Amino acid sequence: MTGILGNFGRYFLLMRRVFSRAEKKNIYRPLISDEMIKIGVQSVGIVALLSFFMGAVVTLQTAVNIESGWIPKWTVGYTTRQTMIYEFSSTIVALVLAGKVGSNIASEIGTMRISEQIDALDIMGVNSASYLILPKLIASTVMFPFLVLLAMSVGICSGAIIGTMTKAVSLNDFVYGIQYDFDSYGIVYSLIKTVFFAFILSTIPAYHGYYASGGALEVGKSSTKGVVYSMVAVMVGNYLLTQILLL
Amino acid sequence: MIQVQNISKAFKDVQVLTDINIDFFPGKVNFIIGRSGQGKSVLLKCMVGLLEPNAGSVLYDGVDFLNMNEDQHKAIRQEVGMLFQGAALFDSMTVEENVMFPLTMYSDLTQEQKLIKVNECLERVNLVGKNNLYPAELSGGMKKRTGIARAIIMNPKFLFVDEPNSGLDPETSIVIDNLIRSITYDLGSTTIVVSHDMNSVMEIGDKINFISGGKVEWKGNKHELLRSKNEALNNFVFASEFMQEIKDRLSGE
Repeated sequence: MTGILGNFGRYFLLMRRVFSRAEKKNIYRPLISDEMIKIGVQSVGIVALLSFFMGAVVTLQTAVNIESGWIPKWTVGYTTRQTMIYEFSSTIVALVLAGKVGSNIASEIGTMRISEQIDALDIMGVNSASYLILPKLIASTVMFPFLVLLAMSVGICSGAIIGTMTKAVSLNDFVYGIQYDFDSYGIVYSLIKTVFFAFILSTIPAYHGYYASGGALEVGKSSTKGVVYSMVAVMVGNYLLTQILLL
Repeated sequence: MIQVQNISKAFKDVQVLTDINIDFFPGKVNFIIGRSGQGKSVLLKCMVGLLEPNAGSVLYDGVDFLNMNEDQHKAIRQEVGMLFQGAALFDSMTVEENVMFPLTMYSDLTQEQKLIKVNECLERVNLVGKNNLYPAELSGGMKKRTGIARAIIMNPKFLFVDEPNSGLDPETSIVIDNLIRSITYDLGSTTIVVSHDMNSVMEIGDKINFISGGKVEWKGNKHELLRSKNEALNNFVFASEFMQEIKDRLSGE
């Protein structure tokens, strides 16, 4: 229990350092654009690929499971849309990015810690927490919503393509389904969750990397911890935000 | 000048440093020597603020570093240069970017002016033309020299050097030693070197502090060191047969 509380305390103290005494603005500009490429642009491929197959699978499974003649065929498009917008695009993409981006952040900062690069920053008077973590946090917060919008679009499109190609649903039914009872608040809800997840996915792995000690083995362990804890935090946050925003 | 006064440091129940008092003089190469695990690097880290001592003070030109506010800390840190044991170069930056980093953070120089200063420093450490190499492409000696260039680009008043010759061949070690000495004399900086390399100590050491068991066991210069009767110091310095031979010759004179 003391360990958990201690970790919470250290995490919040680190966050305070991240937001206090930032360096000159022009120092952050190139760092943020670099991180936006690493975190955002370089994740486009994996997000698009996963969304494509997830949209296709949701479409096919829904089509296969609708056996009753009482349930209209456009339910397939409706279900695909709801799944992609409300849950897959934000939560599942966040879990995927925890693996890709989170492990990258933890191992990068952890390696800098054990090779004394963070000490070098501190000795130069640089606020190392802010210099290393803030650009990643800003880049994640800016880029994740775009990735989520991409995941929504690709997932729904792939549902339409695969659904019609396999004749599981007609294009007209699918399109009717994705338009039926559409509420744009679903997208807002998803984007709000995404911003929260971006904070989690950039700061929890960064925390584990920042306090890594020892050698390569410990950096590996801190990277694993960063990914696992950020995934748990995403799921807990998902539940809380859903209750707050939807009920 | 840096004065370490009554510094003690413990990690949980393990007392690493006990009541350390040392003065480090400007324009001199001040050595902290001792066997591995005696607290040399811990002392260095306490002096630069990477570790907080349990007791004592560190005075930079008479001002207590441990009681400074954020702004004072930041100001003093801009007068500090440090060469780490593994050089601690930023992996994602080229040699030029590494050396330029302190200027980027703290100076209002134009890019051209910064580049001129970087090239001057690279020339000094004999790394002309290596601007665009990444740390992974450098040898151990080149990394150390890049680290020195980064440490001196702000003309530091206080230069800290942690195990400068670890992992280097004797020839490269001499190059690094000579660089440390010439920089110290040229800049008039207070240079503090942590090492257990006796060749370095005898080559460039002006003031020597021997730490054993977390305490200052002996202080003096290299001439006094060779004639010292301190048993712990003698066991450390004359551990090798070669050094023992020198000692015997000196005793015979």
